Amino acid sequence: MTATLTHTRPVRRQRWDRRLQWVAVHSLGVALGIMFTLPVVFVLLTAVMASDQAMSSSLWPTQWRFDNFVKVFERAPMLDYLVNSFTYSLLATAGILLSAIPAAYALSKIRWRGQNVFFMLTVAAMMLPPQVVTVPLYDLWVRLGLTGTLVPLIAPYFLFDAFSVFLLRQFFLTIPRDYIEAAKIDGCSEFQAMVRVLVPMAKPGIAATMMFCFLYTWNDYFGPLLYTGENRDSWPLSLALASFRGMHHVEWNLTMAATAVVMAPAIVLFVFAQKSFVRGITFTGVKG
Amino acid sequence: MTATVPRTRVNAAARPARKVPRRDRRRRLTVLAFMAPAVLGFVVFFGYPLLATVYYSFTRYDLVNEPEWIGLGNYIRMFTSEPLVAVAAWNTLWLVVVLTLTRVLFALGVALVIARLKSGVGLIRTLCYLPALAPPAAATLAFVFMFNPEFGPVNRFLRLLGIDGGLWFNDPAMSKPALTLLVLWGSGELMIIILAALLDVPVSQYEAAELDGAGPIRRFRHVTLPSISPVLLFGVVNSIIFALQFFTQAIVAGGVASGSADVAGNTKYIGSPENSTLTYPVWLYVQGFRYFNMGYAAAMAVLLFVVSFAFTAVLVHQLRRASSAEENA
Repeated sequence: MTATLTHTRPVRRQRWDRRLQWVAVHSLGVALGIMFTLPVVFVLLTAVMASDQAMSSSLWPTQWRFDNFVKVFERAPMLDYLVNSFTYSLLATAGILLSAIPAAYALSKIRWRGQNVFFMLTVAAMMLPPQVVTVPLYDLWVRLGLTGTLVPLIAPYFLFDAFSVFLLRQFFLTIPRDYIEAAKIDGCSEFQAMVRVLVPMAKPGIAATMMFCFLYTWNDYFGPLLYTGENRDSWPLSLALASFRGMHHVEWNLTMAATAVVMAPAIVLFVFAQKSFVRGITFTGVKG
Repeated sequence: MTATVPRTRVNAAARPARKVPRRDRRRRLTVLAFMAPAVLGFVVFFGYPLLATVYYSFTRYDLVNEPEWIGLGNYIRMFTSEPLVAVAAWNTLWLVVVLTLTRVLFALGVALVIARLKSGVGLIRTLCYLPALAPPAAATLAFVFMFNPEFGPVNRFLRLLGIDGGLWFNDPAMSKPALTLLVLWGSGELMIIILAALLDVPVSQYEAAELDGAGPIRRFRHVTLPSISPVLLFGVVNSIIFALQFFTQAIVAGGVASGSADVAGNTKYIGSPENSTLTYPVWLYVQGFRYFNMGYAAAMAVLLFVVSFAFTAVLVHQLRRASSAEENA
């Protein structure tokens, strides 16, 4: 009898411990989830408030002013800003398709001298604070008469974007070289092997890289401030965001509505492509 | 495959008179064609401007008149007679220390919780990651609103608990901690990276440690920590570099909290309150592109480059080790 008792008690206690742990961990998880979501909830709730209520401490809209989202577009040339944002992001994303895929292919699937050196230079370029090189670059674009336009922001992507090259190379490394070799034995050139064999196999990686590029440019603030700050007509959304002020104060309801508009594409993109995002992020770590 | 490169080199040395085999020449041309845009881009957007920055740092230059050589003038001014650069450097140093520590520890903490979840993992992970996608300018606006001293939800909530919330973005002592909270909110990328590393630790190692009688803390120290340490190092270096270039959130928060709401920059409000959000890159931007002291900005850029390069070197070194391990595998 005593033997069975001493035997069952720890087991039961262990089960209790497990259950307690389950509850603790899951409540922590839920709390974290709420904490991370709350700011977005506040943004959305404030966005649909009347403007005097947005300046009060009440949290729940008394009148649901969905027309704020319309007002945002009437009060400022938001549509122009939106077009500028899409121009910047979509062209940059198209640019890396042309420039980064061949470079990443050459860095991961062909052997040549200087390969590692260039890869290290790519990593260094990726980590370089953008402010370091802006003085000569700004000077260059001024001489070309292109400041105040989106060209200085977009053009680099058609030649070299360090992050995209890095990420694509990491993705391409996971695709066995045998497939490329087989294609070449079948008479494919390197270019054909890249387009017909590697690109179709690396679709998830390429999609992730494109999304990161789209998001980075969509969120970019420093670049547009530097090159288009002087010319409102070229402003993307990120720069135009806080132009909603009344006579004496910020109009928070409209500002938050604009904020929601700017955040929306990222969230939509993520919802549709969560998996490749997560894969992409883990690839930016040291592994891979 | 690793052997190819040395072999061709030996061939070329042994038969110097002979032409390079046709296939090799063709491969060389292919590499050239594939790499040409990238190499050109690297030279134009990184190589040239890096060297030119060093040159400009020894000059006085305002974009209109030709650069005038002044030797170490800009550096001497930077280290002796310009008070705001010291303030800016101090603010950035503060961010480097505090942001790096809190960001890595917070991301690790959240990742540890998510790794232990049995149900709802996908949802919680998504919710924790989503803020990382928010445009920094937009996220900053949201936080300045949330932390508004009068009507912001945060102070309202604190009042319910009987705590006087403080002025946050309007208080020079609290503006940087508020910016830190903003960064933590958006640290989802690092979380996902650490989470992936945590899930990669073989379960058998935990079981073995448990059989040996190791408690949860010892299991963490002796099993988890060693196997995720490369990722943590990546997180530290990544956070330091992130903090060194901290710009958007600082300039937007300073501008909006001061009530100017003019994000594209009224110089008067930059760094507000009381220069507490004046980070080093922000001051570099103001000097170079508002006051057009391009030479001075270049000198600041050189210093920023030297510091960030030191940290980049750590990461590159680690990457090289990882990629050589990969080749040997």
